[in-house]
Amino acid sequence: MDDLFAHSLLVVTGKGGVGKSTVAAALGLAASRRGLRTIVVEVSAREDISRALAANTTGVYTELAVSNGLHHISIDPQRAMEEYLRERLPMGVLAALLSRSRLFTALTAATPGMRELLTIGKVWELAQSERRTPGAKPYDLVVLDAPATGQGLAMLQAPRTFASVARVGPVANQGRAVASFLADPLRTAVLAVSTAEEMPVSETLQLRSQLREELGRDLVLVVVNAVVPHRFTDGHRRALRAAPPSPAQHAALFLANWARYQRAQIARLQRGLQGVALVKLPFMFQSALDPAALELLSRELEP
Amino acid sequence: MSVAERMAGKRICICTGSGGVGKTTTAAAVAMGLAAQGQRVAVVTIDPARRLANSLGLEQLGNEPRLIEPDHFAGQGVELQGELWAMMLDAKRTFDELIDLLAPDTATREEILSNRIYQELSSAVAGSQEFTAVAKLYELNASGRFDAIVLDTPPSRSALDFLDAPQRLTGFLEGRALKVLTAPTGAAATITARGSGLVFSALRRVTGVDLLADLSTFFRVLSNVVEGLAERASAVNRLLGDPATTFLIITSPEPTPIEEAIFFHRRLADAGMPFGGVVINRVRMLAHTRPKIDETALAADLGGDVDLAARSTQALGDMRALARRDIASLRRLTVELDEHPILVPQLDRDVSDVAGLVAVQRFLFARRHERSTLLAEHAF
Repeated sequence: MDDLFAHSLLVVTGKGGVGKSTVAAALGLAASRRGLRTIVVEVSAREDISRALAANTTGVYTELAVSNGLHHISIDPQRAMEEYLRERLPMGVLAALLSRSRLFTALTAATPGMRELLTIGKVWELAQSERRTPGAKPYDLVVLDAPATGQGLAMLQAPRTFASVARVGPVANQGRAVASFLADPLRTAVLAVSTAEEMPVSETLQLRSQLREELGRDLVLVVVNAVVPHRFTDGHRRALRAAPPSPAQHAALFLANWARYQRAQIARLQRGLQGVALVKLPFMFQSALDPAALELLSRELEP
Repeated sequence: MSVAERMAGKRICICTGSGGVGKTTTAAAVAMGLAAQGQRVAVVTIDPARRLANSLGLEQLGNEPRLIEPDHFAGQGVELQGELWAMMLDAKRTFDELIDLLAPDTATREEILSNRIYQELSSAVAGSQEFTAVAKLYELNASGRFDAIVLDTPPSRSALDFLDAPQRLTGFLEGRALKVLTAPTGAAATITARGSGLVFSALRRVTGVDLLADLSTFFRVLSNVVEGLAERASAVNRLLGDPATTFLIITSPEPTPIEEAIFFHRRLADAGMPFGGVVINRVRMLAHTRPKIDETALAADLGGDVDLAARSTQALGDMRALARRDIASLRRLTVELDEHPILVPQLDRDVSDVAGLVAVQRFLFARRHERSTLLAEHAF
């Protein structure tokens, strides 16, 4: 993961509820501390990241500066489409008409992969050194907090699917450009967030094989979130089980068993990942996700 | 109140909440508890953990409920007086079966099923899994085979998608897109047809995909079943609001799921849907009395291992810090919902096997005095 921040785009994927947004925010924070102009992108309006970064959210679909060098945007597919039509269609009036047309909206929604394409298209635009958005400054790094695993994969596939279905037209051209950007291991890196539990581990392994089979890409990194510290050996566990019950004995045995279960899941993950780098983030006992905790996690993620 | 009391007089229990909070396990445990009381229960799971599916014997299952062998639970201290049926929802197949049911003839059916737009709509479009889950629920309920049905809900980005699913489908079917394309005659139709021609050519120009053929076929053939689908969607919607239906909100003590639970509760009330209670999974309980730890005595208990005694004291401090965090979440939820949540403590093991299900079920179905004893055993 030495050159993780040398990419233009980091796609952070994972099952819902594993802390994907937290990891995306922590990565953004780590990159901006390195002096990189960074933007963390979330899809559809959810305010988790901005809340964690202690920002004042005044609106969505705006590139907001969160702190020094760190920015945030929430992409809404409908707005992405309007922007796309405005910029790409030579006929301004028709574009305005179309973006307001319910029929057009319904049809684009029904067009396979269109929403995903428009969303990833906007992410791609953010990652370009020459921004298409008038007056917008380029970013050194874009961190995408991708939708949960299945939808996230669909989003990465959309440009290629489109480029092959539609041979001509502006969408096909853009689809090709975005697809080659996503396929380039020097520019785009895909990483997965998991927890050391059965379902997230299974989903991470499944995601990896789908990435390889369907996109010819591999994960560059797996972040295992909320790992309980390994403080008790098997010998400790035996001694604890033999001891008379007491609050401390109960807590110690609980944590020992929990950590043991997690280690078994991490071992399963490692076996399935064969060589993909793995970083563990510590379980946070003391605090919920506040700026201080995020700062701590971002240090752990520094390449 | 336990789940048993909350389920009195109810036929349908919908378990909802954000992803990763243990919805599937809770749904299975609720169903098991009801079956233990003598009811014929079906549990519809969406995407169970493999071990949970295995432990219920679900892995070879199709899209129909199957009876779980009672000896699955032998030796676990649970005797099923009734019957427990379980199935795994296949969204695409449920949608296909619905078309099968509603299509007037084989030709129409085949034409719909092979249409590219239909395939996209039935499998990928957001809301289809939610819609098919309730459609399946409707079908199982109408069959009259079960005293109770417990429904797990899809791992949506938001639990709200689930509640909106029937309306969204109806909205799509009754929307302008369909009207324009399925009304081929009349002056008004000619004008809108010209308008839609413009839209289609613009769409082709922008996307480079000529969808006109696919779309017009889709809308033409779908018009044969649209009435049936819309009827089904509103029947499903009525079923969700039925007094015999109840929504259980499932959450973990983490801040994001708690906020979503509060939001969803408000939306249930706004939509006039019946709320049945809230379950918080994986809670760390704080003991009522917390005497100071005598590390010397603890070390003596641990065979003189002073280091282990120190580690254990630290562990207790960590678990109590967690428990205090959980109490804050719990208070917030209790105040916002004006409702006492049913607590399931975090167990130091995987709960996705039969023993885990039985453990969760005990917390859900325990009577009040019994529950406080059970919870105290898990407090730190």
